[in-house]
Amino acid sequence: MSSEISGILLDQADRLFAQHVTRERLVEADAGRWPEAIWQAVEAAGLPLALVAEEAGGAGLAAADGMRLLRRVGYHTVPLPLAETMLAAHLWAAAGGTVPEGPITLGPCNDGDAVALDRAGAGFTLRGRLHRVPWGGQAGHVLVHARDAGGTARLALLARPPAGNAERTNLAREPRVTLDLDGIALAEDAVRPAPKLAEEGLLVLGALVRAQQMVGAMERSLDYGLTYANERKQFGRPIGKFQAVQHMLAIAAGHYAAAAAAADFAAQEWGSARFGFAVAVAKARAGEAAGAVAEAAHQVHGAMGFTQEHPLHYATRRLWSWRDEFGHEALWQERIGRQVCAAGGTALWPMLVGA
Amino acid sequence: MQAFQFDTVTLPPEAEAMRRRVRAFLAEERAAGHLSGRGSWSAFDPEFSRRAGAAGFIGVTWPREFGGHAQSFLVRYVVTEEMLAAGAPCGAHWVADRQSGPQILRHGSEAAKRDILPRICAGECFFAIGMSEPDSGSDLAATRTRAVRTEGGWLINGSKIWTSRAHRAHYLIALVRTGEAGEDRHGGLTQFIVDLAQPGVTVRPIRNLAGGHEFNEVFFKDYFVADDRMVGKEGQGWSMVTSELAFERSGPDRFLSDYQLLAELIDRVGEAPGERQAVEIGRLVAHLAALRRMSTSIAGMIESGRSPGVEAALVKDVGTSFERDLPEVARRIVAVEPSVDDGEDGFAAALADVELHAPSFTIRGGTREILRGMIARGLGLR
Ligand SMILES: Cc1cc2nc3c(=O)[nH]c(=O)nc-3n(C[C@H](O)[C@H](O)[C@H](O)COP(=O)(O)OP(=O)(O)OC[C@H]3O[C@@H](n4cnc5c(N)ncnc54)[C@H](O)[C@@H]3O)c2cc1C
Repeated sequence: MSSEISGILLDQADRLFAQHVTRERLVEADAGRWPEAIWQAVEAAGLPLALVAEEAGGAGLAAADGMRLLRRVGYHTVPLPLAETMLAAHLWAAAGGTVPEGPITLGPCNDGDAVALDRAGAGFTLRGRLHRVPWGGQAGHVLVHARDAGGTARLALLARPPAGNAERTNLAREPRVTLDLDGIALAEDAVRPAPKLAEEGLLVLGALVRAQQMVGAMERSLDYGLTYANERKQFGRPIGKFQAVQHMLAIAAGHYAAAAAAADFAAQEWGSARFGFAVAVAKARAGEAAGAVAEAAHQVHGAMGFTQEHPLHYATRRLWSWRDEFGHEALWQERIGRQVCAAGGTALWPMLVGA
Repeated sequence: MQAFQFDTVTLPPEAEAMRRRVRAFLAEERAAGHLSGRGSWSAFDPEFSRRAGAAGFIGVTWPREFGGHAQSFLVRYVVTEEMLAAGAPCGAHWVADRQSGPQILRHGSEAAKRDILPRICAGECFFAIGMSEPDSGSDLAATRTRAVRTEGGWLINGSKIWTSRAHRAHYLIALVRTGEAGEDRHGGLTQFIVDLAQPGVTVRPIRNLAGGHEFNEVFFKDYFVADDRMVGKEGQGWSMVTSELAFERSGPDRFLSDYQLLAELIDRVGEAPGERQAVEIGRLVAHLAALRRMSTSIAGMIESGRSPGVEAALVKDVGTSFERDLPEVARRIVAVEPSVDDGEDGFAAALADVELHAPSFTIRGGTREILRGMIARGLGLR
């Protein structure tokens, strides 16, 4: 798809989110109701298939543009597994599968979980448990990364998540569900070799997605903060005239810009030899920035920002959750640290510049 | 939030070709024992500058008729980042190449251009910056050093302070008062090229806390400067200084000052770091990778003709915060007592050097507080 058309698609998505992700629906989603109306609108616009190749019936968005779309999803705090669906659909199509309708989630979503595949006649059975799967109880399908007895990485598409698993939510009240997969049977064609991007698991891809969403939610938080600083008056002038308030927002802007740059880096390296490194940089930097930006945005808002009434918390509660999902900062920092220490001091510079 | 878009820049093939040339040059310098490793852009080595000039690494973007190499800003960017990462002693030519030369090229007289620029490119002519005064630091508009008209030129009286390398440079560009400040306080300022070898100007050293002699006080007593050494027009000094500072702040020198310490830290920690060591080093590298992206993006903005003053202020603020963080992290994860004269432990010496210089990182080139004010204005506050 040309960059012009993808620009149009991004604008359309922005308008669509602004129109459909209303205050009322965010309140409902918070209360645990599935926002079917938003999903319908999003699906009608073809967004779940944004990252699926045109030949496979998708929009064929380039990875970098897809990542920009995910930022808009974060910015508008869309209370749906849209990012997860986009990623799962991309991977399943890349593996040669036919992408089903409806929301798709995926797992494992953290470092500790692993799923095994056992041969059972012509098909397979699964062995393992997935913790805190996004919308694991609502999504129509779950894309699971699993290894067979020979250690080969495969993707398995489960038609319906098993019922009766532990339902939890994150700080933003987004469902995070533990799925017990032991003994679930799969037909032959529901299991495919994992595409190269997903061979090592889904953690890196999930981290990339959350990093992009965090950049979007940070932008939203800053927008709220800047608007409020210019409108709210104390001591006879807008609080944005006070140097202390200005500096808080300037520091937050620095974090935001650095996080966005790191997330751009990861988007640009999609699929390259440096992809893992770049994603680790993005998730670590965005996760650190998320805390700082949320803190500043709340401080600027005073008590108003601590209310249900003011919408700031839809963005900041997501930031506080997303920074811990698919590996918190320390996990990714440690990975980077081990990689650069193993390579030695003189190898760092070529690693940074990619040459 | 529309402000602060740091668009992705892909370095063109000629920039990567230049990277290979610079690395080959630096490998030779290292083999010849000219790179101590820890000098960066404040270490003054005229011989190194001459060789860098001869190799074509100074005045990279300037027109050929003035000795330059007519290449893009992205090519220049690669030269600077490779020099800094290698800890090359660029201090002699750095200011001339980064800001004085570009100012003269854009606003200088034909005579000044012909006389000075080719010598800068050859790595033979070095500049200092004459902005700060005893009563005019962050508040540059309070400049008091004055120039008054005389036959064929101007007479300058007053003094400058904190003038880095004025004792070794050939020239400085002085910001002086030639008229009334006016309502906005930005009027009446003009820039002149001052030849430090001429009578009427004296330089007195100021030692810094690390014991080094880097900056100075510069005194003017009826110093005569010819008309053709004026840079820009009379009274235009303010807007020129503002755009000059955007150049001064935009480069990788604002986050790579102590890069060598990071490389040494990694080697010191070794191949099998403890968990905490790995986490802390990984955090620093993540910060650095983001900064480098922002910095290349700024080079792209300059290349496309924009003047990214606010973006440069932001990168300098984030970059110098990183520079100050680095020694603090290093000392948390490696138990060593820093020592400037420990010839055996390179890490202890590097840490000592950086700790003693770190306070200046967030002051020189505009303090952190002034930068944050600029960022806030860029965000639409004020
Ligand atoms: C190593 C080094 C090299 C230097 N080299 C040069 C050089 O070559 N040429 C040159 O011209 N200058 C040079 N300088 C000077 C440098 O530009 C000034 O130090 C800087 O602009 C700050 O001015 P000041 O030191 O007078 O501090 P001040 O302006 O007096 O500031 C003192 C403190 O007050 C704060 N402050 C001031 N105004 C405000 C405000 N409006 N809001 C909030 N806080 C404020 C500052 O942020 C700072 O924390 C150098 C400085 C250093 C440290």
